[in-house]
Amino acid sequence: MTKTITDVICPFCGTLCDDLEVVVSDDGKQLLEVYNACVIGTEKFLHSQSKDRVTRPRLHQPDGTWKEISYDEAAEYTAQMLAKAKKPLMYGWSSTNCEAQSVGNEIAEITRACCDNTAAVCHGTTLIAVQDIGLPSCTLGEIKNRADRIIFWGCNPAHAHPRHMSRYSIFPRGFFTGKGQMSRKMIVVDPRVTDTAKMADVHLQVEQGKDYELLNALRVAFRSEWLPDFVAGIPKEKIREAADMMKSGRFGIIFFGMGVTQSLGKNHNIDEAIAVTKDLNEYTKFSIMPMRGHYNVTGSGEVFAWQFGFPYSVDLTRGFARYNPGDTSSIDLLVRGEVDAMFTIGSDPGAHFPISAVRQFAHLPSVCIDPHLTPTSGVSKLHVPVAFNGVETGGNCYRMDNVPIDCRKVVEPPEGMLTDEQFLIKVRDRVRQLKGAA
Amino acid sequence: METVIITMKNPPALYLEADNVSPDAFAGKTAAQIAELHVHEGNVTSTFGKYFDVSGHAGATAADTKIIVKGDVKKVKYLGFKMSAGELVVEGSTDQYAGAWMTGGKMLVKGNADAFAGTAMKGGELTIEGNAGNYLGAAYRGDWRGMSGGRILVKGNAGSDIGMYMLGGEMIINGNADVHVCTHAEGGKVIIKGNAKSKVGGQMVDGTIYVFGSIDTMMPGFKPAGEIELEVDGVKAKFAHYIGDMGERHKKKKGQIVYANLYKKI
Amino acid sequence: MSEYIIKNGHVFDPVQGIKGDKKDIAIKDGKIVDKVGSGAKVIDATGKTVMAGAVEIHAHIAGPKVNMGRIYRPEDKLFTCTPTKGMERMGGGNSIPTTFKTGYEYAKMGYTTAMEAAMPPLFSRHVHEEIRDTPIIDEGAFPVFGNNWFVMEYLKNKEIENTAAYIAWLIRVTKGYAVKVVNPGGTEAWAWGLNCLSVNDPVPYFDITPAEIITGLIEANEYLGLPHSLHIHPNNLGNPGCYETTLDTLKLAEGFKAKNKFGREQVMHLTHSQFHSYGGTNWGDFESKAKEVTDYVNSHKNITIDTGNVTLDETTTMTADGPFEHHLTGLNNLKWANIDVELETGSGVVPYIYSPNISVCAIQWAIGLEIPLMMKDPMRCYITTDHPNAGPFTRYPRVIKWLMSAKAREAQVNAFKHKDKVLSQTSIGSLDREISLYELAQMTRAGPAKSLGLASMCGGLKPGMDADVAVYNFNPDKPVANPDDIELAFSRCAHVFKSGVEVVTNGEIVSNGHKRTLWVNVKVKDNPQVMRDINEKFLKYYSMTQANYEALGHHFVPNPYTLEVDATQV
Repeated sequence: MTKTITDVICPFCGTLCDDLEVVVSDDGKQLLEVYNACVIGTEKFLHSQSKDRVTRPRLHQPDGTWKEISYDEAAEYTAQMLAKAKKPLMYGWSSTNCEAQSVGNEIAEITRACCDNTAAVCHGTTLIAVQDIGLPSCTLGEIKNRADRIIFWGCNPAHAHPRHMSRYSIFPRGFFTGKGQMSRKMIVVDPRVTDTAKMADVHLQVEQGKDYELLNALRVAFRSEWLPDFVAGIPKEKIREAADMMKSGRFGIIFFGMGVTQSLGKNHNIDEAIAVTKDLNEYTKFSIMPMRGHYNVTGSGEVFAWQFGFPYSVDLTRGFARYNPGDTSSIDLLVRGEVDAMFTIGSDPGAHFPISAVRQFAHLPSVCIDPHLTPTSGVSKLHVPVAFNGVETGGNCYRMDNVPIDCRKVVEPPEGMLTDEQFLIKVRDRVRQLKGAA
Repeated sequence: METVIITMKNPPALYLEADNVSPDAFAGKTAAQIAELHVHEGNVTSTFGKYFDVSGHAGATAADTKIIVKGDVKKVKYLGFKMSAGELVVEGSTDQYAGAWMTGGKMLVKGNADAFAGTAMKGGELTIEGNAGNYLGAAYRGDWRGMSGGRILVKGNAGSDIGMYMLGGEMIINGNADVHVCTHAEGGKVIIKGNAKSKVGGQMVDGTIYVFGSIDTMMPGFKPAGEIELEVDGVKAKFAHYIGDMGERHKKKKGQIVYANLYKKI
Repeated sequence: MSEYIIKNGHVFDPVQGIKGDKKDIAIKDGKIVDKVGSGAKVIDATGKTVMAGAVEIHAHIAGPKVNMGRIYRPEDKLFTCTPTKGMERMGGGNSIPTTFKTGYEYAKMGYTTAMEAAMPPLFSRHVHEEIRDTPIIDEGAFPVFGNNWFVMEYLKNKEIENTAAYIAWLIRVTKGYAVKVVNPGGTEAWAWGLNCLSVNDPVPYFDITPAEIITGLIEANEYLGLPHSLHIHPNNLGNPGCYETTLDTLKLAEGFKAKNKFGREQVMHLTHSQFHSYGGTNWGDFESKAKEVTDYVNSHKNITIDTGNVTLDETTTMTADGPFEHHLTGLNNLKWANIDVELETGSGVVPYIYSPNISVCAIQWAIGLEIPLMMKDPMRCYITTDHPNAGPFTRYPRVIKWLMSAKAREAQVNAFKHKDKVLSQTSIGSLDREISLYELAQMTRAGPAKSLGLASMCGGLKPGMDADVAVYNFNPDKPVANPDDIELAFSRCAHVFKSGVEVVTNGEIVSNGHKRTLWVNVKVKDNPQVMRDINEKFLKYYSMTQANYEALGHHFVPNPYTLEVDATQV
């Protein structure tokens, strides 16, 4: 017999869909089917059932092979590494729950480490922009119920947040948007003709690296000032049309992603996009929202912020928190040779960081906490697999609009496997002893 | 003026945070006392003497103190941090935060300086003979009050994000500047004698930028406002004048709307 | 060590009418008791002031807009973070402290209970995570109701029982404490970029006025008999002339009587009244209407207020009054954050500098002091800074100094650049009243505890109450040489006990205690219609499922203290 668990939260992307249904075996040990999720989310649940999962920690040997060790031995190795390091980096945190993140923070504080999350390669620049200019925003339900102007700037939800448009931004019939997509106009700004762009009412094929200029031109257009004939490859008439379309709506939203956060300008692109949003509030109602990638990178930022005061790239080496991306951010720390130990959890920097940063892992003592085999686990000295958060253990997570949703456990992890939180508690208790901390 | 010479003798494995290398921190101290000041390598606090040889002694006040830094300090951060008077000479290149938060005195870096040099400068002079990194004379993260006084001179090139949220003071770059010059500035003066790339004067509310060389891409928010003969840092020439950022809010002074000014040498 | 005797201190306890007598306070097993055995640890309070732990009735210390403030203001922490020290975790933030720092700073000043002023229900988990991570002090949180779709629809049809059933449900699923109202109707209007600036402006689409929302919620609150009353931030905050809207709001409480089993006597609590006591028509003729507002409150006993004192600092404003924050960023051009919350509320965050060189700021400072100096009943007027809006809560000792010393006030007035304007636009120059220690205890302990319905538990030193005790290095018998000594004395306690555990000794944290989350569990008759309406709105309009809405789980509320209310017999 089987049982169906409803209202399951999908632990993959920042859309954090919470309407999944998961069918499990009666004894709760096998996950059989997933309903309502997109293909990515479905696979997130189903792949936890792989028969070839690594279920115990393993230590990289000098001859390149792996030797299985116990969780207690792994915790000892990790604690020793962090306690001895002068400047350890504890990176990742985005694919685990807030409870684990909080224990991680305790460890970072005791060992005086640098801690950082995947915003460092993603929406960290958004956070810098928000720190410079603010953030007029709203929850996703407001979009569903009110928005009639939807702008996707430098993002491709059709691929990266597949259910976003059907759950929140384009298709739903909300309280004031009974006509669904018929009551909305969609603008996509992207150099490429993506699957999302193909759906748009207006597609502005901005010249690569010139988003900042185009955003500036929109602000100039709002004020009906002089514009050059072309900006970022877009003729000024089209810019003025787009500006008018934005102003003529009754509730607009700009969603944005890596196309602007990690292209030339970075935080300045977002800064100017936020300025556009702020300007539009003189004429109508407008908000802006980052399309967060990992399902709990937002949560990591929240927990860092309420415990240390900064949302990412936090340096605790002096015993108190400091922050300045460029100095305290992970890639810079690695590339410049500033750290002497690498701890990764809930992320895959081996795949996402520039190779000059990943090369550092080879020289450094390194630990990787991850259920998967990844490029990061491959180059780390110790690989500690754990239960899948959101599948085999629950815990609180924060959606891209900062709304907290408590993920559920739907199936048992493989026999004897620990969760992130359980493993981190072992490490924390051991570093406390090693450092003689309270 | 009394002089203290510090010489790197024991390079750190990682990087060093030397927040105590300033005339202010050294004032009134002997070499032995200076050697006891704290310096940080990651989470390990040591004394200065572990990494540097110290000779000479400081003046009674910061204003009477000169410091010369010798040896390889390419991995030493915060030289000149918060200095208010006196002199500091770095004979080679240095890392981040050179002269950051300085309010007075004179700092000279004979080589290159890395990022965040002259952060939130309030006064004094900072000269970099080589190249400067990113965020020269910029505000600290989140602060709308950036550099407000003093003078920065870079003989080489400068990185990106110079003069962010600048309120006052002056910067001269003899070479080229990378993207984002004077973003969000509300005062101050920047002269780029070489070339600029793009995103010059974005979101600027007030202040002045002079570019002698080329600008690859102009901000659409800068509107042509004629041509003008000017003398800038001893150079007399004709400049194309632009006002902006026309996408930004504007202030009024004595009933007149105020714009930021961009002059590009013709 | 569970038995203590605090000997020979000057006790100020309005609950028992003790006005500075030298008395011993005995603590056993977390409670104040009549006496303890000879083995009790002795705390020598000779020459010191002893009061119950202070009660913070309104501060923004936990939740999404507070954290947005932290995230977007790294400069609030530059160079001022404190290191890990013994059992104290590292801390940071001048106007928006991190959660650890928040708990420590309150405790060191003798505060033992604090209320998070506005909880957006959809974010209740976030609020509770931050409350959990705030050491030592008991906390509760007020969910907001004044722009809630259910409330507006029910009250439009005058369905008080349905409103009450919804309130009971929402308070339970969010583990909330009271009915909070912020800019009623106006924040829903703000979802379209509009606002309600008077109590009679109808809310777009919902077609109900703020006045109807307010009276409806008062009725529902009394129907249920909740520990606290309606707690309101009226429309039109911060605008010259807003005092008229404030009086219109206060008048809506006329005729209502408090109905509850918790000793509460008010039906309306007006919060941060300083921001709502402005006259004039623009920033040029801006003036104080503190007298008009306090005259009204003085003569209407079913109202309590808190002050919202301006402390003349650089701080961060944050409120569920979203449209006000947009207005403020238009005035000072500083970075603006805004979070509109589906079906429920909104919020905004903008930094603000209360400069002593700006006449408006100086007048605001004066109004914040006029109000408590003109209020006749200290049991109905409480000290707050609407932290961090008018200033950080860490400035309470400074506010106390200004209230207790006319000389300190005078010195501040003289230091203003526009002193003449402050004197002409307010009556601060003519007020020479100095708040006594007993009155201070009323305004910071007994009064707020009673208003919150916690009078049997805290705010006093009567045997049976929780052993929340603060001992200050302030000798009432010695004349004050320098008013700054008052500020110093109230900044760091000699001893603080929370629920009978010594948490602060000589101004340092010595224990985290066992903080509790205070929340109200209201039982009402089954109401199938309201449950059906809730089901429907979750199905159609919310972006989260109903099953995922409730803040369940030990990790959110690890140590709850539940106030039970039975409203099934109404």
